[in-house]
Amino acid sequence: MGTRVQIFAVVGTGLVFLTVLELVRRRRLLERYALLWLFSAFALLALAAWRGLLSDLAHAVGIYYPPSALFVIAFGFILVLLLHFSVAVSKLADQNKVLAQRLALLEEKQREAARVLAEREGPGAAVEEPEEEDAAEPVLERSRE
Amino acid sequence: MILESSSLVVVPAYNEADTVGRVVRSIREAAPDVDVLVIDDGSTDATCREGIAAGARVLRHPFNLGIGGAVQSGFKFALENGYAYMVQVDADGQHDPGEIPTLVREMEAHPDADVVCGSRFLKDLQYVGPISRRAGIHVFAFIVSRIVGQKVTDPTSGFRLYNRRAISLFARDYPHDYPEVEAVLVLHYHRLRMHEVAVRMFQRGGGRSSIRSGKSVYYMIKVLLAVFVGMARSRPVVEPGDEAPVAATHGI
Repeated sequence: MGTRVQIFAVVGTGLVFLTVLELVRRRRLLERYALLWLFSAFALLALAAWRGLLSDLAHAVGIYYPPSALFVIAFGFILVLLLHFSVAVSKLADQNKVLAQRLALLEEKQREAARVLAEREGPGAAVEEPEEEDAAEPVLERSRE
Repeated sequence: MILESSSLVVVPAYNEADTVGRVVRSIREAAPDVDVLVIDDGSTDATCREGIAAGARVLRHPFNLGIGGAVQSGFKFALENGYAYMVQVDADGQHDPGEIPTLVREMEAHPDADVVCGSRFLKDLQYVGPISRRAGIHVFAFIVSRIVGQKVTDPTSGFRLYNRRAISLFARDYPHDYPEVEAVLVLHYHRLRMHEVAVRMFQRGGGRSSIRSGKSVYYMIKVLLAVFVGMARSRPVVEPGDEAPVAATHGI
């Protein structure tokens, strides 16, 4: 591997490593999501810096040009990271569903309680109409797009 | 015994303002003593208002969760409010509320049944759906029958009566997107019994099905994936004391 490629690879992976650390420091990235990033960046950094290891690895799996092995390994890490995100998104969708159901149940309970209270207080009392919530909805629609 | 105030009829509805009122009213005619709960699954039309006007209680999702999430809200409501039985009726007018007593009679005749499912195909009751849909249903019926070892003629029917055991099972875990077929398997894995009974069904009265023609292939593949992956699960539903299925802590 040419020295120039090596310098480029070391600087690139080093930057990723530092960026992830900085994001964790600023609390923009949770540690449990940062670990996989740090591990991939660290592995790539090690391979970029340690020429012998990379060429041994490349020869072992039959890749003639060692820097391509670095790309293959990086690609593998990216696949794992993407899968990790799909898992995280699925989990969020699940939590979202549970929260939405909880909210709907609570809202209904509250509406029912208000109705019973209004009945007890007589016809003068106002009942909260569900239509009032409609006004807030277009905002929600837009924010989702 | 079943059609009392200890029973709940759940009507999941997504943009069904045209038909939901009529459905709720005919449920109250067919079974005057039961409570009716409409699940407004994030509708952008007057579904919620129509439901309340027709005399139902309405659960309102803040956004669309899909049919699985909507029906599961019904199970949670039934569980928390102590209902002994729950009936599921679609809001599009496809299910005939006049057939609810048919489901009930079947449950009373078979006290070992946890779920009674209304089937279009058990007897020839002139169900005239599109041929592609009927073919798809028969494919599922064949596969599901093989897996559960019991003849299931209409696994996609959502016209069902559940007892307390089934309610508490599905309140904990109910399949996501197109849940009916998977639900039959979940029942089987948990040793709950399902009976089928022949019912009339109508063509859709209005609105749009959650399964549109272009999506039907996707529907088939997705359900088949869920069915076969579900078979590989050692325990498909979380039991009390298990690790929380939805947790913010653990990563991959």
